[in-house]
Amino acid sequence: MSAKFIVGYDGSDASERALDFAIGRVKLQGGAVVLVHVLEWSPYSFLTPSELEERHKRRTEELERAEKALIAPVLTKVRAQGVEAESKIRYGHIAETICKIAEEMGAVQIVIGRNGHTTLGSRIFGSVAGHLAQASPVPCTIVP
Amino acid sequence: MTRISLSAAKAVLAAMAAIFLSSMPAAAQSIDETVNRIFADSTGWFVSFIFASIPGTSISWIVVWLVVAATVFTLYFGFIQFRVIGHSLALVSGKYSDPDDAGEVSHFQALATALSGTVGLGNIAGVAVAVSIGGAGATFWMILAGLLGMASKFTECTLGVKYRNEYPDGRVSGGPMYYLTKGFAERGLPGGKFLAVLFSIFCVLGALGGGNMFQANQAHQQLSGVLGDYPGWITGVVFAAIVFAVIVGGIKSIARVTEKVVPFMGVLYVGTALVIILMNLDMVGAAFGQIFNGAFTGNGIVGGVIGALIQGFRRAAFSNEAGVGSAAIAHSAVRTKEPITEGFVSLLEPFIDTVVICTMTALVIIITGQLVTDPETGLYVINEAGQVTTATGATGVGLTSAAFESAFSWFPYILVVAVVLFAFSTMLSWSYYGLKAWTFMFGEGQAQELTFKVIFCIFIVIGAAASLGPVIDFSDAAIFAMAVVNIAGLYFLMPIVKRELESYLRRLNSGEIKRFK
Repeated sequence: MSAKFIVGYDGSDASERALDFAIGRVKLQGGAVVLVHVLEWSPYSFLTPSELEERHKRRTEELERAEKALIAPVLTKVRAQGVEAESKIRYGHIAETICKIAEEMGAVQIVIGRNGHTTLGSRIFGSVAGHLAQASPVPCTIVP
Repeated sequence: MTRISLSAAKAVLAAMAAIFLSSMPAAAQSIDETVNRIFADSTGWFVSFIFASIPGTSISWIVVWLVVAATVFTLYFGFIQFRVIGHSLALVSGKYSDPDDAGEVSHFQALATALSGTVGLGNIAGVAVAVSIGGAGATFWMILAGLLGMASKFTECTLGVKYRNEYPDGRVSGGPMYYLTKGFAERGLPGGKFLAVLFSIFCVLGALGGGNMFQANQAHQQLSGVLGDYPGWITGVVFAAIVFAVIVGGIKSIARVTEKVVPFMGVLYVGTALVIILMNLDMVGAAFGQIFNGAFTGNGIVGGVIGALIQGFRRAAFSNEAGVGSAAIAHSAVRTKEPITEGFVSLLEPFIDTVVICTMTALVIIITGQLVTDPETGLYVINEAGQVTTATGATGVGLTSAAFESAFSWFPYILVVAVVLFAFSTMLSWSYYGLKAWTFMFGEGQAQELTFKVIFCIFIVIGAAASLGPVIDFSDAAIFAMAVVNIAGLYFLMPIVKRELESYLRRLNSGEIKRFK
């Protein structure tokens, strides 16, 4: 069983930097990269009746899109560098879901990028990086 | 699609312009009068049939029908509404939801959407109507109807999920029209299809009545109370234009904003009511005294105890829609392997809607002394219309507004916003229920859907222009007609629900059904 580096990946520049950092680690000490993409979702949000009707269809479409357009190309790119890689796409609260996957997989580290929100913005809305720094079950690297 | 909706939009705009221009020379109020007369004349027979009394008594048969059904379901399922409430709450909070199903419709979402279709004017205006005709005692019967109605809701929503249609593209459609057809076929009973079509017809009428005209009407009454009197059709045209933009134009942002703001208004409304009740805590006992006393003596209202009972049950049914079948349409989209779980969740709906929210409205009206009693006899003072005289002379939503205003002078402004938003969200929900019934009868397709949506928008204008009496009678009649068909079907299908219930409870107790959290 190789050491797993969880990378929170959403296609942003910050998440690219996190991925590069994790690839560097894996190349040095061995292991595998796990790309985790979380679709923000709360089971307590409000939907209209027609949104309810189409939810299952939309979910299938969203998962497919994330897999095809976002994750698959990156997986190929990472593997081309000779680094072992897999992916997980989930729905949920971003930070909580990443923590849960890290626990389930027995990961050695979580690596995420940081968007550089303004202080006010993250005070009001909270930030994924801040939440992970507090709640991560394994060492967490926040790549600036 | 774009071309169809554009040309339809033009047609509707042209019609609206024609109405507007033709009214310019004449007094604008006369449009309201004409609409009102034509509407009352053309729906009168239907209303009198639904509210006909049992020969030799003054009790309308429809009320007996609803009470008997709710009682039968309550007894048949062994007081299910009191036995499983803890499990219902656990289901709503997601303790039994598989984390792998995240991103699908949760129990909470199905409940919230169904609630936003039912919590609304029934809770604000309907209760006021009930107590101004039936006195404080109507509240008691309303609460009882709410408690019993939980069993009806449980039955219909379980069936709604069990017999829903799942299409290859992943959409789901459910509701009485589907369980009547499929459930009857499964049990080898004839007439399922007939009942389903009959239900669909009444569902379309209910959507246009209680789900549309009543809402538009009360929203207008509330707006003109604050802005000054102006013709109802103007409110109607504005509402129709916005609803048209959402349901035909597909402008999701309006719907989304409503869905976000409505729960907030609901909390604000209940919170304010609670504050008023707490401020007058010493009067709560007396208020309940009036409610119990009125329930069994009538306290001088027209029709006595029976009058109070009829009003209570009528308004409760109109408010929580238990047995009506509409909620089964909204609940059927939930992601679950066990249809019965949605039944457990749905029985919270009449509780929240009627037992909690309606009772609060009634308490505020009673505590703030809106119902005028004769100081010597202690009986209500009855006006020439046969209603209890109110402190300000207001009825309907105006009465609720006056009651809240006597505690907080600024509340009517909040209430206007709340009423308009509740009316709007109820209209959106019912436009969906009506549409489902419509496409069940006429088939799925852009043209069929557009026809219904345009009709729906036209009825908004009629509802806003007509006066409360004919609108409320027609709205009630149409919604109760749905209940006639739906409940008749439920009697035949309830053994299926019982089987599901017993199997589920057995597996729950044996630990086969697991908690995830």
